[in-house]
Amino acid sequence: MEICQRKDGIEISELDPFLAELLRQIPGSTNPEGVAAAEERLFSPPTNGREKEICTEWKLYVEPELRRLFQTATQTVATDLEQLDGNEKKLASQTLRIPVKHADAWLNALNQARLVIAAKYSFTDGELSDHLRSPIGSRRDLSLFQVNFYGFIQEFILRAVDGSEKSSED
Amino acid sequence: MSVEPLWEKVAIAKGAAVSKFPVWKNAETSTVDTPTIESETQSKEELDLPWQVVVHNDPVNLMSYVTMVFQRVFGYPREKAERHMLEVHHKGRSVLWTGMRERAELYVQQLHGYVLLATLEKAA
Repeated sequence: MEICQRKDGIEISELDPFLAELLRQIPGSTNPEGVAAAEERLFSPPTNGREKEICTEWKLYVEPELRRLFQTATQTVATDLEQLDGNEKKLASQTLRIPVKHADAWLNALNQARLVIAAKYSFTDGELSDHLRSPIGSRRDLSLFQVNFYGFIQEFILRAVDGSEKSSED
Repeated sequence: MSVEPLWEKVAIAKGAAVSKFPVWKNAETSTVDTPTIESETQSKEELDLPWQVVVHNDPVNLMSYVTMVFQRVFGYPREKAERHMLEVHHKGRSVLWTGMRERAELYVQQLHGYVLLATLEKAA
C-alpha cells in the first residue's frame, strides 16, 4: 500500500484486497448498535453526573444533532469507498482517492470506528499501544489491527489537513 | 462541523418557563415580596458561576487528533494545544477553558462532535 498527498486530496494506492476490505468496513464499524459500551462512548454524558438538568437537555437537543453529524460523516466516507467496489479483478490492487474537502468526514468516521471497535473488544491501554503485536491469530487480533490501521490512515489525513491549513495561511 | 449550539436550543426551550413567573392579576393583593423573582435571581447567579470545560483521557484518540481538535475548537496555538493534550494524556484530564456556562456548553458540544470525552463542570 502507498499513501501520498496530491494537490486535491489523498491517494491510497496499491491497496491489496485485505486492506481494501478493511477500509470498506469503516462505515459498518461506526455502528455502536448492540454494544452498550460503544454507544456510551460515542454519546458520553456532558457532565460528571451532578448536573441532571444539563444531561436531560443534552439528550433532548444535542444528542440527535450529534447522531446526524456522525451519520453524515459516515455517509461521505461510504460514498468515497464506492471507488473500491469497481469491476476490478478480486485480487488486483486498488486505488482510493479522498478529496481534501472530505478529510474532516474521514477523520470523524475513522475515530467513530476506532472507538466503537475498541469499546466492543474492551482493548486495554497496553494492547492499544503495542504496535509490535504478534501476527493476527484471532478475531480480536484482527480488530486490534483494524484499530491501528484506521489510526495510521487518520494520522496521514491529519498531516495532510495540517499541511493544507498551513499553506492556506501563507 | 455544523452543530447548533446547545445553549441556543435551551434558550428557546426555556422561553416557555419565563411565562411561568407570577403575573399579579390584582394589584391590591400584590403587596408581598415576590419569592419567584428571588429564585430567578439565584438561578442567574448560578448561571454566572464559572464553568470549566474538562477533557478526559481516552487511550483510543490519537494525540495528534486531540491537538488538532483543541486548536480548532478553542483557537489555541499548537504549543498550548499540545500542552493540554499532554496534560490529558499524563494526568487523565485537563481544564481547557473556564467561563460562562453557555459558552462552556457550546465548547463541550463541539468537542463531542469530534468524539472527545469532554464534560462541563462548575469551577471549584
